[in-house]
Amino acid sequence: MSAPGYVLDHPAARALAERHRVRAWEALPWLLAIAFYFAFPRHLGFGTELLVAILFAISLDLALGYAGIITLGHAAFFGAGAYTVGMLAFHGVWKEPISGLLLGGAVAALIGLASGLVLLRTAGLTLLMLTLCTMALLEETANFAHAYTGSFDGLPGITFKPVLGLFEFNPLIPRTQYVYALVVLFIGFVFVRTLIYSPFGQSLTGIRENTLRMHAVGAPVRVRLVICYTISAAIAGVAGGLWAQTNLYVNLSTLSLDRAATVLIILVLGGYGRLYGSFIGAVAYMVLAHFLSQIYPTAWQLGLGLLLVLIALFARNGILGLFDTLRRHFRAKRAPS
Amino acid sequence: MIFGIDVASMLLGGLAAGMVLFIVSVGLSVTMGLMGFVNLAHGAFAMLGGYIIVLVMRNWNFDFVSALATGFILTAAISVIFERLLYARLYRAPELDQVLFTIGLVFIFIASVTLLVGPENQPVPIPAALQGQLDLGFLQYRTYSIFLILIGIVIVIGLWLGFERTRYGAQIRAAVDNRRMAESLGINIDRLFTVTFAFGSGMAALGGGLGAEFLGLDPQYPLKYLVFFLIVVAVGGPGRIFGAFYAAAIIGVLDFALKLYIPKGGTLFIYALTILLLLWRPQGLFGRTA
Repeated sequence: MSAPGYVLDHPAARALAERHRVRAWEALPWLLAIAFYFAFPRHLGFGTELLVAILFAISLDLALGYAGIITLGHAAFFGAGAYTVGMLAFHGVWKEPISGLLLGGAVAALIGLASGLVLLRTAGLTLLMLTLCTMALLEETANFAHAYTGSFDGLPGITFKPVLGLFEFNPLIPRTQYVYALVVLFIGFVFVRTLIYSPFGQSLTGIRENTLRMHAVGAPVRVRLVICYTISAAIAGVAGGLWAQTNLYVNLSTLSLDRAATVLIILVLGGYGRLYGSFIGAVAYMVLAHFLSQIYPTAWQLGLGLLLVLIALFARNGILGLFDTLRRHFRAKRAPS
Repeated sequence: MIFGIDVASMLLGGLAAGMVLFIVSVGLSVTMGLMGFVNLAHGAFAMLGGYIIVLVMRNWNFDFVSALATGFILTAAISVIFERLLYARLYRAPELDQVLFTIGLVFIFIASVTLLVGPENQPVPIPAALQGQLDLGFLQYRTYSIFLILIGIVIVIGLWLGFERTRYGAQIRAAVDNRRMAESLGINIDRLFTVTFAFGSGMAALGGGLGAEFLGLDPQYPLKYLVFFLIVVAVGGPGRIFGAFYAAAIIGVLDFALKLYIPKGGTLFIYALTILLLLWRPQGLFGRTA
């Protein structure tokens, strides 16, 4: 690369050219995740849930945070992945986990492509409605096709082949599940991180910020949105498949409005359009939910509601946004001295 | 002849359900058309109204009509507080914030009702005069369903008159069609919206109380029927009273008929039809082309 020196000398240009570089602190979440494995061997089941939630939130972040597609139906893709993986294994068609996961992602991507092609022509309320309807449609279909999906009861006790032929999924000691989910999350994260710093990712941000202007500069807005939606769906499908494999069952909850709302809450709690918001949000939400929702389910819901209202009114960028504000505040204080 | 009676009873049952949908959703349709505000908490006001109606009937022996009136007035008053204190801050906010805020509000309502009243279903007592069967000449049908259809028709005519024949209605129509223009003509949009919001929430309360007989009334109400209320608005076209009326009637009858013939997968077709319809006409059946 031989960019003219004088361009890169400008601080703004340097910041732009270097923004995709990996910073030292970016290793932190992964080190913590590895430390968790050794520190809390009894809570690996919870840890696995957490990793799946992060991957799911990252997929939503791509569509909602970066491309600005407001969807209430992202669980459609999570469920599609989960049911693909679950049904294939339950009926003995395909029990190999890694390729199963890819199949789950592919099916979710297909659904994302098909629905994205049509529903991304709309905006606002209609778009919101259509994403909700797509999800409800899949949920009803899963409920209807009893012979394949087990309807309301779901498919319990699914078995998979060992990962790489070596590591068994043990429902009681979910060590394999945790490491497997961590690896999948890492691959998914690296993929999304690369994507959003690519020119394609930049154009998504442009579409979110000013669709009209992106049209004016000649960017193929619809095509980019559909591609982004499809990729996001594929990752959500992988997350769903991972959920099915690590829990060893599938049920209608994977397609529910509840799940779609939860992932949205996780993302906005951490801060959307920020890559690491999913991590912070998932940890904050899941830890709180883990301890509170079983003991005080109603109070938990009340608190969640209040939290959402507060975020919408005062903290639009979530926890990470609050950190940013604080940091700027302190910098501004320090600057004059 | 038997077939004809089947069809007639199906139509009546579906229409009765459709009228409840209409009464609940019409306020949402107008507020959405006016402000473009994505209010996912509309069903929460319907639930609130339903609970007020049930509780005053049970605890203070209100009769049916005065309980409905109380539900309407109290819900409208409470909704004004919410509108002025909270909603008003988010009118110009991005859609995502409106969605988050109203989902949060739904959670708060659900949890509060569960804590204060309890998680179980609350039956709404129907006055004796509206129970039983009514002889329509060619068939016997449930009096309450006929009553709901009549109420729905009275309300839509009343709303139509208010919308088309009053100065206030003209202001709303103008604001739905072109808010900026209406504003620059000196129409006070904020006040218009507050009044409409209160009235719409009051209507939702009526619908919550009247429809509790077959929609049920429990804390999960606002989430359970959220998609249905939104479908009515989107299919009818936001801000269109007759649009909401026809959409609700069509959906009510379709849902009733489909549940009769395909008990398990009935709603599936409603979702599929809605998706197809919105693809064909994103602005809804009766909405104006943008």
